[in-house]
Amino acid sequence: MSAGSAHARHLAEANRLANEIRLSVEQVSYAYSANPAQAPLFTLEATSFQARPGEIVAILGPNASGKSTLLHLISGALAPLSGRVLLNGFVTQSLTPRTRAQRIAVVQQESALLFPARAWEFVLQGRHSHRPSLRFESEDDILIAKNALAQVGAADLSDRWMNQISGGEKQRVILARALAQQPLLLLLDEPTLHLDIAAQIGLLDALRRLAAENRYTVVVVTHELNLAAEYADQVVLMQRGRCLRVGPPANIYQRELLEQVFQTPLSVELGSSGRPRVTVLSGT
Amino acid sequence: MRPLTLRRLFLQCSILLLILFVVVVIAVKFGAVPVSLYALGRDLWHVLLGQRADLSSDYVLIIKNIRLPRILLGIIVGASLSVAGTSFQALLRNPLADPYVLGVSMGASLGSILALIVEPYLSVSPALAALLTPLGAFLGAGATIAAVYFLGRREGQIDSATLLLGGVIISSFLSAIIMFLMNTLSGNLRGLSFWLMGDLSTPLQKNAYWFLGIGFLLAAGAIYTTAADLNLLLSGEKEAMHLGVDVPRVRLVVYIAASLLTGLAVSVSGAIGYVGLIVPHAIRFIFGSDHRTLLPTAALGGAIALVFADTLARTIVAPTEVSVGAVTAVVGAPLFIYLLRRKLS
Repeated sequence: MSAGSAHARHLAEANRLANEIRLSVEQVSYAYSANPAQAPLFTLEATSFQARPGEIVAILGPNASGKSTLLHLISGALAPLSGRVLLNGFVTQSLTPRTRAQRIAVVQQESALLFPARAWEFVLQGRHSHRPSLRFESEDDILIAKNALAQVGAADLSDRWMNQISGGEKQRVILARALAQQPLLLLLDEPTLHLDIAAQIGLLDALRRLAAENRYTVVVVTHELNLAAEYADQVVLMQRGRCLRVGPPANIYQRELLEQVFQTPLSVELGSSGRPRVTVLSGT
Repeated sequence: MRPLTLRRLFLQCSILLLILFVVVVIAVKFGAVPVSLYALGRDLWHVLLGQRADLSSDYVLIIKNIRLPRILLGIIVGASLSVAGTSFQALLRNPLADPYVLGVSMGASLGSILALIVEPYLSVSPALAALLTPLGAFLGAGATIAAVYFLGRREGQIDSATLLLGGVIISSFLSAIIMFLMNTLSGNLRGLSFWLMGDLSTPLQKNAYWFLGIGFLLAAGAIYTTAADLNLLLSGEKEAMHLGVDVPRVRLVVYIAASLLTGLAVSVSGAIGYVGLIVPHAIRFIFGSDHRTLLPTAALGGAIALVFADTLARTIVAPTEVSVGAVTAVVGAPLFIYLLRRKLS
């Protein structure tokens, strides 16, 4: 066998790996009821979508549309009523917490600490699932944590106390902790909620770069129409527990559809980046 | 970045062991009958050389039979309460949690008393009967923490203020039952103040020290296996789960082990308060809040604090003594208020 054909096979293999489905959400549904005898208070109807390595998926919808519930189902924290979520062929819900944390990192809206901790201590928490429970942090763990902080541009925050940094800085450190988990899948629940516009764009730029560099599959829950349009490869549009449409932003961003979902008059045009741009028309 | 190393853990423990040694020497020296350090050193030397016959007989009685057993009891009880307090604080995500504040100590007291009451009616061997009190205390502690936990939960989240109120209410309810039982039952049960305040004055049989020591090591060891998980639990149960913590397993292990520690301590010393509150905070302030160091250092700190407090309790108004529980409460309650104010602001 010649070296050339081996190289070609290697390339083809790399190509196949890059393009294969990593996350597969298959007909997942959920019902929440405070009392099993009563009708459920909230239901999520069967939802399906797929994502590849390096892809950013935005779950978009108004409040109470079931976005966060879908995210929790993907993370394996909630058990679906029907359907399943596969990550590289494994059902996420049946993984042990430790294995799950090695493959899926979740960035939540709020992260409260009981006792003060420094940013590096916080980031090292991401290494927990990779370490036997009574072992102290290894050189590798420290290196990975340092890299994670550097990747989000927060290396200078390393020795700062978590309760003494700004909201945007804190969000970056929380993202660094998720990166330290070295996951295949990165889930973010409204990561830009408490950030000003510069910090929002900084965070999402970082996300797009990281998804490309580290081949993460990223799923972001958001209600920010324009940020989703700008950064997502795929949009999952949700309304009142139903998945209305899945596809690239250009296919989803249609005036009638968005007006109906978000219940407000708006206009959609093509922005300079070639992606749709939404303007909300108030008072008309 | 300055992550924890084994060397740092040993260093911190060595410092505290040294302090514990000094406090033990002070505790041996002071009391109703003062003992000179020279005589102490001489006797220790004779013991080390195996010349027990040369011991000065005056001191044998006081030191070996009275003070040392009491110090040993203080070490085990102090360490148990402090580790239990540290664990409850992490598990309930509440810096004000402590076996006494949460009513767990009262539950253990009531459990002990009930065990003492039913003991004569059960035809069990004396060896087994001796285990009934700690067993009752463990069950009482476990039931109380479960009750406080469910009272403090609101919509799946632990509400800090509700949890503390629940603990206070359960505590006063249980102490009312204890008073009721004590006032209606006579006999050779230990006094009311012992179960409500706690002291270390009651000597135990020799085997009981072994039982306590081994029980402490097992329960504290079980909690230590979850030390890294407890660090993550400080950020909430959901977040800990996403970071790889098996939350239900950790919760179960820590609940059972911390109830066991509280039960063991209360069954031999009554309800001594605030050790589990003050010590973990002081240790956190000095050495940080990583449970892999916090648990062993808080255990040593608890031993130091209780032996020291007991020495005060024996000597302040010598030749009579006050309950060590009164000493810890006088120091602990103001600190509790300080922490509460700081938490609210």
